[in-house]
Amino acid sequence: MFNFTIRRLILTIPTLLFISFVIFLIVKLSPSDPTGNLPLTIPAEVREQIREALGVNQPLIVQYLKWLQQFFWIEPLIYLENATGWDLGAGDATRLISYQTRSPVMDLIMQRMPQTLWVVGTAYVVGILIALPIGVISAYKQYSVFDQVGTFVSMVGFSVPPFFSGVVVIVLFSVIIPSDSFFWLPSIYDTTHRVTDWDSFVYQFRQMIMPVMVLALQITAQISRFTRASMLDNLNQDYVRTARAKGLRERTVVLLHVLRNSMIPVVTVIALGIPSIFGGAIITEQVFKVNGLGQLLILSIQGGDVPTVQTLTFIFAILIVLFNLIADILYGLLDPRIRYD
Amino acid sequence: MTDAANPIAEIEKRKPARSQWWDVWDQFRSHKGALLGSIFFVIILLAVIFGPMLWHLDATTIDIRSRNQGPSLAHPFGTDQLGRDTFARMLAGGRVSLAVGMTAMILALFLGTLIGVLAGYFKRLDGLLMRATDLFLALPLLPLLLVIIMLFRDRLSAQFGPEGGIFILMVSAIGITSWMQTARIVRGDVLALKEREFVLAARSIGTPNRRMITRHILPNVLSPIMVSATLGIATAIITESALSFLGLGFPPDFPTWGRLLFDSIDYLQQSPERVMWPGLAISLTVLSVNYIGDGLRDALDPRIRGR
Amino acid sequence: MKLTTALMGAAATLVLTPAAFADGHEGERGRDGQLNIIYWQAPSTLNPYLSGGTKEIESASMIVEPLARFNEVGEMVPWLAESIPTVENGGVAEDLTSITWTLKEGVLWSDGTPFTAEDAIFTWEYCTHPEGGCANINYFDGVTSMEAVDDRTLKITFDAPKPFPYTALVGSESPIIQKAQFENCIGAAAPTCTEQNFGPIGTGPFKVDEFKANDVIQLSANENFREAGKPAFATVLFKGGGDAAASARSVLETGEFDYAWNLQIDPQVLSDMEQVGIGTVAVAFATSVERLMVNQTNPDPALGDERATLAHPHPFLTDRAVGRAMSMAIDRSLLVEVGYGAGGQPTCNVLPAPEAYASTANDDCLTQDIEGAKQVLEDAGWTDTNGNGIRDKDGIELEVLYQTSTNAVRQDTQALIKQWWSEIGIETELRNIDASVFFGSDPGSPDTFQKFFADVEMYTNNFAGVDPEAYMARWLCSDIPSPENQWQGNNNQRFCDPAYDALVDEMSQTADLDRRAELAKQMNDMLMQSYSIIPLIHRGNPSAHANSLGGVKMNDWDSEIWNVKDWYRTE
Repeated sequence: MFNFTIRRLILTIPTLLFISFVIFLIVKLSPSDPTGNLPLTIPAEVREQIREALGVNQPLIVQYLKWLQQFFWIEPLIYLENATGWDLGAGDATRLISYQTRSPVMDLIMQRMPQTLWVVGTAYVVGILIALPIGVISAYKQYSVFDQVGTFVSMVGFSVPPFFSGVVVIVLFSVIIPSDSFFWLPSIYDTTHRVTDWDSFVYQFRQMIMPVMVLALQITAQISRFTRASMLDNLNQDYVRTARAKGLRERTVVLLHVLRNSMIPVVTVIALGIPSIFGGAIITEQVFKVNGLGQLLILSIQGGDVPTVQTLTFIFAILIVLFNLIADILYGLLDPRIRYD
Repeated sequence: MTDAANPIAEIEKRKPARSQWWDVWDQFRSHKGALLGSIFFVIILLAVIFGPMLWHLDATTIDIRSRNQGPSLAHPFGTDQLGRDTFARMLAGGRVSLAVGMTAMILALFLGTLIGVLAGYFKRLDGLLMRATDLFLALPLLPLLLVIIMLFRDRLSAQFGPEGGIFILMVSAIGITSWMQTARIVRGDVLALKEREFVLAARSIGTPNRRMITRHILPNVLSPIMVSATLGIATAIITESALSFLGLGFPPDFPTWGRLLFDSIDYLQQSPERVMWPGLAISLTVLSVNYIGDGLRDALDPRIRGR
Repeated sequence: MKLTTALMGAAATLVLTPAAFADGHEGERGRDGQLNIIYWQAPSTLNPYLSGGTKEIESASMIVEPLARFNEVGEMVPWLAESIPTVENGGVAEDLTSITWTLKEGVLWSDGTPFTAEDAIFTWEYCTHPEGGCANINYFDGVTSMEAVDDRTLKITFDAPKPFPYTALVGSESPIIQKAQFENCIGAAAPTCTEQNFGPIGTGPFKVDEFKANDVIQLSANENFREAGKPAFATVLFKGGGDAAASARSVLETGEFDYAWNLQIDPQVLSDMEQVGIGTVAVAFATSVERLMVNQTNPDPALGDERATLAHPHPFLTDRAVGRAMSMAIDRSLLVEVGYGAGGQPTCNVLPAPEAYASTANDDCLTQDIEGAKQVLEDAGWTDTNGNGIRDKDGIELEVLYQTSTNAVRQDTQALIKQWWSEIGIETELRNIDASVFFGSDPGSPDTFQKFFADVEMYTNNFAGVDPEAYMARWLCSDIPSPENQWQGNNNQRFCDPAYDALVDEMSQTADLDRRAELAKQMNDMLMQSYSIIPLIHRGNPSAHANSLGGVKMNDWDSEIWNVKDWYRTE
């Protein structure tokens, strides 16, 4: 397994380079323009000058190599300098600059990380914590009332997209409930809010409730369905009968043997989902004005901001590759019979 | 097991095989949820296929004098802000949404299952296929779709006519951007399955790979595939509406469930029923597909069958 | 609106230094606490020269200021200048080649240093640097030099007589930035100055505390602001993101915010929200017109590289009868009622304002006339010979592809117009395109509004400020987008008439205001009668503010929060 991990990690480098090039091609080819969002009062000649100043018209390969150099060399160097105070000669190098804001892309990403991790990350944790027990119980008591209700809620929850459920909860909790009520919740996420004491923590909690609820609904629906299906497959296996026959307690049988063996698809789904925490939740962030990484990505795509889209997507790609590797390793731990060597 | 070279054994095998499908059907019929789900699904299908021909109002005709009306006899589901009949729009929209949703879901499932099984079963293919999956997972969806429109819309429209071209474009765009999860899940299950005793046993008697996959592997990864199918159809219906906003989809006056849902959000407080119809239609479709999937899974599982 | 007099004539008499409100809302600076503003598009920078987008320009207008602004009725008011220079008061040279501004006395930057003419000159140098990619460089067109006669006197010289010299450093698009702060940020160095671009030092009522790009700005009152007791608010939270409906809701229904910008949503929904009673919707009109552009060239894909170029005139849209019928079939008042409400008025002109420039020659389009439209087509020989419900002539069917950007109101308008056109026998196929693609100018995309690979397209355009010269010059033959100029041109409908070009030329050399107005009307009428542009709606800009917010004067000629220094809390 160790050899496998090392080999896969080494293989990751060419894979990621290739992915970065494909992403770059797609982002460059896609028909968006950094001056597309400007008012039409700005004449075509001026637009051309702006594009020229941004370097949009340079040859494709030059732009790609420049991005590679900035992402893999200059940016880490600058972070190292800032962390250690050494002078490594990165001071004069041009950093990775976003077209829209004309500021370093990495700074933008760092700025948005907190709210995204708070909201989307919490939603993910909450979603998993709710989904696993629901999935297990639904499978164990298949076709019970609990299972039927769970199925109904999770299917409806998954079918209503966040652009709908988000607005519904806003209308319920921010508009209909009067703003002096205890149950009133803010519809606009305040990214400038700092948690310093109990009261500010309570406010943070309140403003997170709605976006987390909406997101967790989708995540719960998905994971609980896969858990349930996988549990059902395993509950009828011979080894379960054997374990029961041996006189093991039912709880041990279900939670230790069946659950462990049912985890492979669940681990896969979770591993696919964790990178998307970083990708942010585009629609939910938009509805609640969380302005995290998802919103940054969508604005950059609309604004033809190639460096930002490229960087965000690439970081996302690194996480995908990494977590899929982790999932592969976990398969081996969950089921020792799986061997890659 | 049978020897393929022995014709008598072949015939003997085929006979019980037919009755096996009857078994499956019997089991499926006895699953109440599945039966209800199927009936419901057929009703929705019939409604969207024949409804627009029977219902006297057209989905795109504007009657500005009767706009923003609540449900009434003339307009059982009410009208929208231009006075178009919501019932007619739901029927016409369902056609597109179901066609796109089902086709795209089947395409994604097919791709996902194929790649997942191949990667999980054949060690040589695993590395390459899974790196390709990583690549597809990492591609930025929106720019990718914009590139697809730019490159293929006009060509497909010229080849298959505007509507056929757009349909193919949408279905393949949704299909090729949503198979990855299924592929990873199927592969994970196959990796574990192929070390199970029954697979080892089957292999030890020399079962060829193709038969191994179709007889032993596929039936055992059916349940995650069914879940992916249910989730996939919901995603495809919603994604279709997102594509329409990009200009990839059908013309803007062409209703689909996803678009009806999105358009009516602004009227949530004025006329909540408007947002309810498409929401309900999508949810009920997904639910019925889910129950059909449940029933199928149970019916195809020989351990449950006959219980 | 007496714009002529306001702009050119006896400006001195109209110069009203915006005085403090005499209705008892005076007092200490910062007495009213926090002001919450929401823009559903978030500003990406606070340097208006690096972006040029409305959201950036308006948010920056609270911080950096120009010499003069346009008020809510389109009149120029001095801002950092003492008064508006005119020929009469000697501020503008007789030959119209220079203008001399006198700056207000005692104006300080928010860091406490004095504001001088040097800063103004630096702003010009900053924006016109060839490597800077300044978005508002056209405001400095024709400026050959700027000199500081003394600290408070700025002389701007032009390369030719400039009939309307009030573009450079006037209006929210070209405010003055501080030389000391931006000195090292000129040209190619502009993007390296993140700190400066995100926190410009200004002379305005507020200064930046924290700027998060595309998210939120926190501002506080500028303690060095030149007017005593202003601004009334101590801090401003300027939030961005979401969509128009959500930001309307946050002001009109939940009351979380005081001011929301650009609320183009269904007028019925907006007025229902207003019924809640905690906020008000205000609309300001300037020059925005939602129009149909009618392609004069043939967009048939079969033409390959010559698609939509002058080499192939459009098979039927060059027939004015068809354009005329299409225009007559449209009920503009209904379009307003369904999509715009108070935020729009029917119009028959592509140049609807200022009043002095607005023609009345085309107003018969205001009433829909389906029968008349049919008659026009009939007379021109367009009849339905093959009985398919679509009129045709010489084997050419009247089938149009009608494209626009994705936007709920535009899609409703499309559906309505399609219906009317089908009544007069014109078959319409609709297409909507994502705004970032449609308005982008990627030469690789077939869907840009400049390539115009469709028969009809719809969007809004306007001009900044009050002078239409540059706007009317968009329809020159030489400004037609084509493969030769990488489809970069402003004459999207490919209108080409030497007589029109001659009028544009004449206007650029005419200083007399009445004559200029006459020329502008003549050009407008020429465009209208060519039916290459079918104007639909004169669009206003609807914004909502809380009822507890006083002093709001909606303005579409300048930044709509142009007078934020005068805003106060009423309760």
